[in-house]
Amino acid sequence: MTVSERTTIRSNGATAPDATGHVLSVEGLTKLYGDGCPDCLRLTGPETETNSCPRCGSIVACADVSFELRPGRTLGIVGESGSGKTTVLRCLYGDMPPTSGDAYLNAYAGGQRSIFKADPQERRRIRNFHLGMVYQNPRQGLNLMISSGGNVAERLLAAEWRRVDAIRERAAGLLGRMEIPLDRMDQIPAYFSGGMQQRVQVAKALANGPVVVLLDEMTSGLDVSVQAGVLDLILEIQREEGIAMLVVSHDLGVIRLLCERTIVMKSGRVVEAGVTDQILEDPHHPYTQLLVSSVNS
Amino acid sequence: MTTTIANASTAIEHNTAFDVGPRRETLPGYNYAFLDELSKKAIRRAILKAVAIPGYQVPFGSRELPIARGWGTGGLQITLSLVGAGDVVKVIDQGADDSVNAVNIRRLVERTAPDVSTTTETGLASIIQTRHRTPEQPLREDQIIVYQVPLPEPLRPVERKESETRRMHGEGDYSRMWVALYEDIVQNGRITRGAGYPVMVNERHIMSPSPIPRWDLPRLDMARNLSLFGAGREKRVYAVPPLTSVIPLAFEDQPFTVESFNGLHCRRCGSDGSYLVAIPDERGESHYVCSDEDWCAARVDAQQTLQEGQGAAE
Amino acid sequence: MAYTAVKGGSDAIVAAEKLIQQPQIAPGEAEIALEQIAHQMPAAVDKVMSEGGLYAPGLAAMAIRQVEGDLFEAAFMLRAYRSTLPRFGYSLPTRGDEMRVVRRISSSFRDIPGGQLLGRTRDYTQRLLNVGEFGAFENSAVGALNGNGTANGAAREQLPNGSHDANAGNGAAPGLPTHFPKVADVMRAMGIMASRPSDNGHAGEIPVTEPDDITRESMRFPVSRTAWLQALARGESGALVCLAYSSMRGYGGKGDHGTIAELRVGDLPLTVTHPLTGQPVTIGHYRATEVEMTGREHRRRSSEAKLDRYGLSYGLVFGQHERKAIAMALLDSTLMEQAPIEGQAAPANDQEMVLYHLDGIESFGFVEHLKLPHFVTFGSGLQLMIEQATSASAAAMNEPVAQDGTATA
Repeated sequence: MTVSERTTIRSNGATAPDATGHVLSVEGLTKLYGDGCPDCLRLTGPETETNSCPRCGSIVACADVSFELRPGRTLGIVGESGSGKTTVLRCLYGDMPPTSGDAYLNAYAGGQRSIFKADPQERRRIRNFHLGMVYQNPRQGLNLMISSGGNVAERLLAAEWRRVDAIRERAAGLLGRMEIPLDRMDQIPAYFSGGMQQRVQVAKALANGPVVVLLDEMTSGLDVSVQAGVLDLILEIQREEGIAMLVVSHDLGVIRLLCERTIVMKSGRVVEAGVTDQILEDPHHPYTQLLVSSVNS
Repeated sequence: MTTTIANASTAIEHNTAFDVGPRRETLPGYNYAFLDELSKKAIRRAILKAVAIPGYQVPFGSRELPIARGWGTGGLQITLSLVGAGDVVKVIDQGADDSVNAVNIRRLVERTAPDVSTTTETGLASIIQTRHRTPEQPLREDQIIVYQVPLPEPLRPVERKESETRRMHGEGDYSRMWVALYEDIVQNGRITRGAGYPVMVNERHIMSPSPIPRWDLPRLDMARNLSLFGAGREKRVYAVPPLTSVIPLAFEDQPFTVESFNGLHCRRCGSDGSYLVAIPDERGESHYVCSDEDWCAARVDAQQTLQEGQGAAE
Repeated sequence: MAYTAVKGGSDAIVAAEKLIQQPQIAPGEAEIALEQIAHQMPAAVDKVMSEGGLYAPGLAAMAIRQVEGDLFEAAFMLRAYRSTLPRFGYSLPTRGDEMRVVRRISSSFRDIPGGQLLGRTRDYTQRLLNVGEFGAFENSAVGALNGNGTANGAAREQLPNGSHDANAGNGAAPGLPTHFPKVADVMRAMGIMASRPSDNGHAGEIPVTEPDDITRESMRFPVSRTAWLQALARGESGALVCLAYSSMRGYGGKGDHGTIAELRVGDLPLTVTHPLTGQPVTIGHYRATEVEMTGREHRRRSSEAKLDRYGLSYGLVFGQHERKAIAMALLDSTLMEQAPIEGQAAPANDQEMVLYHLDGIESFGFVEHLKLPHFVTFGSGLQLMIEQATSASAAAMNEPVAQDGTATA
């Protein structure tokens, strides 16, 4: 039985293609570290509860991951650390190449060509014009040595904005939207609080008007009290702007708040997928059940 | 201390080089134009690749020369790989032919390539090797200019690693460079870069034009001549072919500007339309002269001729 | 007699001292006079005084002669001598403009009050070896010194009684064996050595590939091990020692500096393929220093090497030049280490940091190029500065600002 056959699919056909087309469609995304051997896939995964191939020592960070994201919709990816969810985001954003698989973005070649087959120049353009990413650790997503306004400007400049006043205006607008005071715009984020740094990251991720925003555990480093504020802001913006979002988190509360649909990952594989509320109320896969019950108790 | 200015007679003397004249002795024990032929061939191949990809830094096996690294070995390797019988070479530093380093480089060319002549007149040169200046007069399509480059990588101030700047050029990922300029404007109200201002070549590669003043950049854009750039110590050669766009990086609402010499003019020739350099005295007051010595001398000659003509007419 | 760690240690030292005290002078050759060193090699004297921290040209010349030209050692001698000297006091501060100038330049302006005085400088000469002066090499002193393979010339080959001893005059006592098994091979026989590293520093078989030649292709990072070994071998000694030292102290890294398995000084055969027979043929010998160091392990990620093994790092330089060879082996080892986290490499682990900055010809050339005129680039921002200064002082004096700062006619 293949991994996809084991996936528990919600019966209301929610994974069927939407009439308006998908903004992002991922098929069979796989990432392996090490040399690999014929047994890697068979010996790793949720049944064996390991990512590490006992035969050759390779790590199967994720395997055969497939899902679709519709315009303006949100999809959550939930799982514990080692589940492969961050790997999925980083492959999509272009931080690392996948080992195999395809991803189709409606903004690139009309969704007819996998972004993984694009050459490095095209890949960079896709990232600069159509994608946004918020990393768990702000140090990865921000340049701490330039001002917060400069950080937002960097995305605009990468998308070929060339008027200083327009750039400054948009940066000020986005930072203001993320409730960052205007006098902080010219300060470097190195000394901002964690919550403020994350909000700069969100402003930066939204700057170029992406079709998909990728959010990787963005509240994990934050105090609970701060988390709520950031999440509310994101929710507001998502609803107003209609931006499609892929939200990775181990926190079911975050997923429930932000995501209409969810996939569950364990040991690099997708084990369950469907409407968030239904998965959380009536989980089918044993791992999902474990996850849900550990939150409720 | 007055500066000796190359005069017309030197140029006339070298004009006779168009007929071959007596063959001077090559340095004993050294190949024609110093470098061995295989080295010259390898360098020419790198030059061809550079011309094929405007603004892209081509790595090459840079050879050591009897002149120190950082003192023009890149430009010199290009010049030595290109010269042959009948070439006329001009060498300038800061715009001056008689600058000591330019003299030294010219001497090496003369000693190792005796059928090549040298000149101070820009218009007579087939190859011009220069440090930090472009001649004031536009060059022709039969002329090649060779720039000496200390630091070929324009992205180095924003990224220290060569492996990463290579990727940035390959992907056309220049946002960090643009951010540095943007932050400059935000902090200082304007771009504070002086010489060596980064340019976009052929709408594809960001390039360092070498430490020439901003004044010279407009003359690179769509020039009729070939421009070659040699960085010997860093081991890169790059090129701007004729009629290629060279656009200084700027914003639509913060356009690129050249240095201004408001109200200043050259003490020798009176020019207020050339790049001037300051000569301070002990009290801290300065007078100004053209940096391009040959251009200035030609203007002075023309003025003297005019005056003599007028004097004769009176 | 053989060097033994426990017994005969003092005998070995005494024997080594006797060898050092035999000056390396060929029969009939005059000893270099101190005046010759001071007058004909003032650059060496000045370097030694500056690094020794003691201004005494005569002592510096003496030190240079005594240590047979090792300028690091000579500086060391001056430092040690300095410790014996009582300090009487301190001089009074001097100002730079009190100097009796023999040379003076500015890169910021084309002309300066008083003028640019080049003085006696090599800056604008061409570094052309005066090969023409010697005619055909074979018949000259240059040829004699070049052609005999060993570092120390024709004097080495013959004993006073006319016989030839392979060790005669080259620093070894007569009668000793000249070939020894490698300590590393002994360790391999013990089963404790990792297999030979391949080109890119991972354990594996010895590849049969051409080594890279960085003098023909410029380095692009990351470079192969053959490329970095070549760069290290050609590197400036002080730069290598500086970076190796930083690693030994643990600056940014583990500070585990390993152990010398073996250091060798001697004559290596130069072997080439005969153009006609295709067979290997030895055409001469050259003196070299070779260092093999152990201590840092390099294990491949997935398979083999589940057992602990010693890795080997390597240094090889022309001539007898031990500190550089040791530094080279240390840096070979630090370059083989993978930095655990991107961006946190210690300087000695960072390929680009090490390999870009230890070529002496490149580094000294670029540092010294600052003496070249830079008044055009300097002038690019100068006007603005002058204007600001002029308007500031005019405002202070409440006078209208002159349009420019010139005193033109």
